[in-house]
Amino acid sequence: MKAKIGTAMSRRTKVVLTAAVLVALLIVFTLTDLAWAGTRTLSLGEVWAALTGHGTWANDLIVNHQNLPRIVAALFIGAGLAVTGSVMQAVFRNPLATPYILGLSSGASLGAAIAIMLPSTLALSFIQPVLAFGMCLLTTFLVYAVSRAGGTMVRTETLVLAGVAISSLFSAVVSLLTYIAPSEKMGSIVFWSMGSLGEVGTDELAIIVPIIVAGILIMLTQSRNLNAMMLGDAHAMDLGVDVRRVRIWLLVVSSLVVAACVAFVGTIGFIGLVIPHILRMVLGPDNRLIMPMSVLGGGAFLLMSDWAAHVVSPLYGVLPIGVVTAMVGAPFFIYLLCRRKREVGW
Amino acid sequence: MVTSPLEVKGLGYDYADKKVLDSVSFSLRPGEILGILGPNGCGKTTMLRNLNRNLSPHRGCIMLEGTDLEEMQKRDIARIIAAVPQSNEIRFAFTVREMVEMGRMPFQEAFRGNSSEDERIVDEAMELTGISGMSDRLINTMSGGERQRVIIARAIAQSPEILLMDEPTLHLDISMQFEVLDLVKDLASRKGLTVIVVSHDLPMVARYCDRIIMLHDRTIFAEGTPEEVLTPENMRTVFSVDARFEVDERGSNTVRLFGACRNE
Repeated sequence: MKAKIGTAMSRRTKVVLTAAVLVALLIVFTLTDLAWAGTRTLSLGEVWAALTGHGTWANDLIVNHQNLPRIVAALFIGAGLAVTGSVMQAVFRNPLATPYILGLSSGASLGAAIAIMLPSTLALSFIQPVLAFGMCLLTTFLVYAVSRAGGTMVRTETLVLAGVAISSLFSAVVSLLTYIAPSEKMGSIVFWSMGSLGEVGTDELAIIVPIIVAGILIMLTQSRNLNAMMLGDAHAMDLGVDVRRVRIWLLVVSSLVVAACVAFVGTIGFIGLVIPHILRMVLGPDNRLIMPMSVLGGGAFLLMSDWAAHVVSPLYGVLPIGVVTAMVGAPFFIYLLCRRKREVGW
Repeated sequence: MVTSPLEVKGLGYDYADKKVLDSVSFSLRPGEILGILGPNGCGKTTMLRNLNRNLSPHRGCIMLEGTDLEEMQKRDIARIIAAVPQSNEIRFAFTVREMVEMGRMPFQEAFRGNSSEDERIVDEAMELTGISGMSDRLINTMSGGERQRVIIARAIAQSPEILLMDEPTLHLDISMQFEVLDLVKDLASRKGLTVIVVSHDLPMVARYCDRIIMLHDRTIFAEGTPEEVLTPENMRTVFSVDARFEVDERGSNTVRLFGACRNE
């Protein structure tokens, strides 16, 4: 099927077309999302006026202080998760790999849950992201240490299994904390794991955006090496890639990016899984295309999800963003599983 | 006396507590096709993987053009030594052209595309291996023999001085086995490549190699021309077969296999 698409259109045309579609989506959903004002929708003129500092006091508040930080967060976090997803799928040569494959989401949730359970004299808005971020990195470290304990060579399969084990352990602790928590705290723990972009302000953006941008740039430098690593470690080594070093380097950088993505907004799923797959179906497996396109695709997907989460608000209130990405992502994931049986490559 | 491009000095390698290779020493001669011969599990592949530092020796050292491999960057090694690993499935839908272009990786910086020089070398490699017409085919849909050709083209695109091949005829149809090795022999003479072929295929090694190193009991058992090494005694000791080296009626070296034999 892919071959048929391949002959129909030149590679260059497909790349340009895909980029154009993604940029168009980004623009459209940035505007519609900026115009969201709860019960009503602002006109383009009102949005523009607010952005340029000529809006009414209320519109300025809605557009610049409520919608804009959330949109910026969606763009960068979506990009960060999609790129780390494509990196993890290549590093582990596993189509089901996600940014959380090493158990980072469970680690972050545990960090957040511990913060919530701490005595309320501590400022939650400070301690929660710090613990979530720290626990993410600690999880990576633990998984790596466990994988290394078996011998000097760290195999990717061992890493994945260690990730599953540690992730299950941490999830169990989170469940335990949820179970014993007083009811008002129970809600916070549950809600955190669903993700929310609403809490992010300019201070938070100043922390997460530089980490995500730097991380993405570093990961992009490895795109060619990742192509070789997808063929197998032996191929990559024969082509001069220092596989062990590149792998550790990428695990560290991607853990930092994931930690930055989830620290303030909670664990948002399915972007990292689905976006690289959609792009590979259209563009083929070359990471030099998939990774930069994931930046656009991940940003656009999270923005669309954010818009969807808000557009239904008259019915249910603003939905947690993680719920929306999963509701769009999960059916696609199922489709993918069914399709994989027939398809030779991915 | 021409200096050796690759010298192995007292190479030893262990897996856990099991010694696989011990005090293996030899020098590669420029332009030759060297066969590393031995039964399955004798450490041939381990040795090959040491030669371009996919593995690092536990004892001894390997000198590439006078420099210890351990002191070189992986990338710089890949500019001199290319390898064709044992053929295996590739699950990703890279095109043939993309696969061959990967051979240029050791010469390319991040964020840079192919130079016109790269394009020329890739074209030539595809031409030499007879896969120019397959540019857009997907590697994951190809047969073992076709894939082997693509990987060889990739290795040629690395413009190496030394080519390592691990069991190049494994999983290939018989006609394809000859085709692949004819191709390698042709490339070796045309491009002045020095080739190391690891194999347990006695007739193939006899036919295509200029020199043979026979591994047995973790170290070199015999070394020399096919005629010198492939004696009935050596083949009985190392491979437990009753066999004889011959020159066939068309003038090619071969090994006639009569059957298994038990070593007393």
